[in-house]
Amino acid sequence: MAEGVLAGAPDWLLPLAYLVASVLFIQGLRDMTHPRTATRGNATSAAGMFLAVAVTVLWFEILSPVVLAAALLLGAAIGTWLAVTVETTEMPQLVGLFNGFGGGASALVAGAELTEIFDRDAAATPDVAVAAAIAGIIGSVTFWGSLVAAGKLHGVFRRTIRYRGEHLVKVVLLAVALTAGAFLVLQPGVFGETPLAAWAPSYWVLVAAASVLGVALVVPIGGADMPVVIALLNSYSGLAAATTGFVLDNTVLIIAGTLVGAAGMILTVIMCESMNRSLPNVLFGGWGEEATDDEMDDIYEGEIQSTSPEEVEMLLDTAQRVVIVPGYGMAVAQAQHAVAELAELLEENGVDVEFGIHPVAGRMPGHMNVLLAEADVPYDKMRELEEVNPTFSETDVVIVTGANDVVNPKAKEAEGTPISGMPILNVDEARTVIVNKRSLSPGFSGIPNPLFTLDKTSMLFGDAKQSMQDLVNEYKENH
Amino acid sequence: MALIENLTLFVLAAFLGYSIITKIPTNLHTPLMSGANAISGITLIGSVVVAGSGATTLATVLGFVAVVMATVNVVGGYLVSHMMLDQFGRQDGGDR
Repeated sequence: MAEGVLAGAPDWLLPLAYLVASVLFIQGLRDMTHPRTATRGNATSAAGMFLAVAVTVLWFEILSPVVLAAALLLGAAIGTWLAVTVETTEMPQLVGLFNGFGGGASALVAGAELTEIFDRDAAATPDVAVAAAIAGIIGSVTFWGSLVAAGKLHGVFRRTIRYRGEHLVKVVLLAVALTAGAFLVLQPGVFGETPLAAWAPSYWVLVAAASVLGVALVVPIGGADMPVVIALLNSYSGLAAATTGFVLDNTVLIIAGTLVGAAGMILTVIMCESMNRSLPNVLFGGWGEEATDDEMDDIYEGEIQSTSPEEVEMLLDTAQRVVIVPGYGMAVAQAQHAVAELAELLEENGVDVEFGIHPVAGRMPGHMNVLLAEADVPYDKMRELEEVNPTFSETDVVIVTGANDVVNPKAKEAEGTPISGMPILNVDEARTVIVNKRSLSPGFSGIPNPLFTLDKTSMLFGDAKQSMQDLVNEYKENH
Repeated sequence: MALIENLTLFVLAAFLGYSIITKIPTNLHTPLMSGANAISGITLIGSVVVAGSGATTLATVLGFVAVVMATVNVVGGYLVSHMMLDQFGRQDGGDR
């Protein structure tokens, strides 16, 4: 029955509003399939959210509208502030952080619902208890895992912590959480006479164990594998929402949560396939730690040619077709504007310029695309791996900036390297390759890159932003 | 059987989500993520129901924190998504 403002409204109104909201979410996602309609899609989805929240607020008897309004305003203010102040390069950690908040909210909602039930001295029905336990575990893992992932991406802590028996620790934590969940379902009255019984104590034991588990799961994973972690946690936060829907018997929560769960899962699978690694290998295999030492200098000794912006400019002068391959280094150096300016200058002088973007370049799915879009690179210039690979043999100059493993020809070797079998951008098929890097340090795979020693390859050492800016200035002087 | 009805919804939504999301181009994967993220803030509804009923102080406190967190997720997620998509949208590029 409707209470509050909508008292007297027919019972079917609420589910109908939820149906409309679900349709808006789905239509919004459908519009996301093309850049031209995507902004509209995002707005459609937001409208669905507004409708669902507004109807819910009006429908249920709100005992403390002041508290509710305060919470909504506070959350909106924090969210807006974070969104407006973020740099595009910091986007991965912000998305991770938001994600965590969604998961955390799910865990708290399930807990609040349980305490209400326990307070009435009633036992939660088994299906509610099961769903609450799942929401609690997924939500807590998502919250703490996302915080750790965001912290790593933001550079708050970089270390990848590994220790003996870490898998055992994870298994024990999961076992504790599941046991607490089992108590919640099978023995809800086990704390019946204790003073804290009304607080659903077994649920909070579950939350505590799952929280530590969330930290333990992400701490051993290296920075370069964070795209997979963020995508997976995104999926979890959706599943947590769907599970909350099972607890509260709420259709829109189930539909929307499942859509998000599917989105995150698909992105996770794409990321893993692009690295030719299985999901368990990413999560538990324990590499992806960035090597930054200079020991590689010895391996390359005497086989490296370095070049200067002047020489590269001369090369570009005679080029018909240029492909730029950006990597995480471009994001770190904030070089996207300089890179975009270079591409624009080349285009003005009749050179065919495209960007070759590897699916795992950067720190989240589509990271490079967003950075380049910010710098006004048209999206039809950004080519995916399958599109750009056949064109390298007709390309005069490839400029690799801040990328390494994704252009390492060792990946084509059948076995024996950590990146064997990973699809790469075949830049070694181009006529000339310019690699812009600060040093010869290896990528996160920790192996040397034979591309650097090829006769056709020249190294343009230096910070990506500085090097690209020098190149732009050089080009301007001569045209 | 509410459980079976809910399960039906879940399974159908999963298939629908799969078929739509596999069509979204790589270019838009970051905005997709933050947008999907914002949708997962739908737990806000759950939070509102629980915080609103406010039968116990504990439930109200938990609900309050949950509403704040979920709202940050929703508002922040849609906003960053919008900002990123605007950068794609302001171009007059052709079809991919």
